[in-house]
Amino acid sequence: MVASTEAAAEQARPEDPEAARVWDLLAAVTDPEIPVLTIADLGVLRGVIRDGEQWVVTITPTYSGCPAMNAIEADVRARLDECGIAARVETTYDPPWTTDWLSEAGRAKLKAYGIAPPVEASTSKRSLLGVEPDVTCPQCDSTETRKLSEFGSTACKALYMCQSCQQPFDYFKCL
Amino acid sequence: MSEQQLFQYALRLGDDALTLGHRLSEWCSNGPYLEEDIALTNIALDHIGRARMLLAYAAQVEDAGRDEDQLAYLRDCREYRNLLICELPRGDFGDTIARHFLVDAFNVPFFGALARSTDKTLAGIAAKAVKESRYHLRHSSGWLVRLGDGTEESHARVEAGLARVWGYSGELFSMDELETGLAAAGVAVDRETLRERWNQTVDQVLAEAGLERPADDWQIDGGRRGDHTEHLGYLLAELQFMQRAYPGLQW
Repeated sequence: MVASTEAAAEQARPEDPEAARVWDLLAAVTDPEIPVLTIADLGVLRGVIRDGEQWVVTITPTYSGCPAMNAIEADVRARLDECGIAARVETTYDPPWTTDWLSEAGRAKLKAYGIAPPVEASTSKRSLLGVEPDVTCPQCDSTETRKLSEFGSTACKALYMCQSCQQPFDYFKCL
Repeated sequence: MSEQQLFQYALRLGDDALTLGHRLSEWCSNGPYLEEDIALTNIALDHIGRARMLLAYAAQVEDAGRDEDQLAYLRDCREYRNLLICELPRGDFGDTIARHFLVDAFNVPFFGALARSTDKTLAGIAAKAVKESRYHLRHSSGWLVRLGDGTEESHARVEAGLARVWGYSGELFSMDELETGLAAAGVAVDRETLRERWNQTVDQVLAEAGLERPADDWQIDGGRRGDHTEHLGYLLAELQFMQRAYPGLQW
């Protein structure tokens, strides 16, 4: 899974040096709700391609109703304008976003921020069958945790409680 | 297949998501406890997000200068095309769970099938929606079991909720000329084919919840023709108030 995650993140960054330069500028834009993650870490930034005189930047939402998308699009726009890059921003839904696109760096940052990263690949049998994953507490690394609610502070997270350190925490769900 | 047919189909699915999402959003700050309040509104956001994608697509296909906001805020009851089950009042928590369980149990196979549509945009939206609907179904079936297998009071309430909404569930599977034609073209889903899987899910969870499957003694439809219950007008009055009172308002 680690290899495929890195591959997915690598795949999206364009090979063309000029496109890669635009990509790198935008890769620094952060998620408004989880500010330790960049849109590249999240896999929300999908592509940068040239279309005539313009660049076309493609982004994808994590969840259909993710309210952060408008803010992300505005931040991407602002960054492009600031750097004087002529571009339009497009939103795509296909292929649908998956937690498998979270980069390794992104997973480590999530944990350091106090959010448990997704445990399994979205295509794992347990995940597809809806079997509860064994979630590790991001604070004390205990595996004695229990789910309080399928839906946490945002649609992409569930709310868990650690039985060992008695602290509640967010878990980034597999999708 | 004409553009008009595709427009109508996207509009139907968009209206389903919008009315259902709006009903769920009414729980915001009224949930039974904080975590559940957040869960209900998160699910509402998924539905409203779908509505936005589907109505934006409908507007694009229609190509008549309308956008998703105009479709949502400036059509009256008779122009809405949602299934009746989506517009019913939220009722108490038992009503809400009963309705959402029946719809979620349908949405999982429905969006799974729509993800294979020959229409790329619909397929993309559905591929996203099906993943979310699996979580929605886990949520609503979990609650159905807790309420059904809970106290005498919770059992009675959710049983009554199920009885109230049951007669609207048949419309989930009803096909008309438009959808039959689009299904033959590989664009739409043949709803009839989903009935068996829906029955399995429903019977299994009802059994676990200790609830009886209600009798099929009455069934009602009409939403796809614009024949709605009296509840939709009140829903739209709240949903559309700002745009009706202050046309073109943005914030």
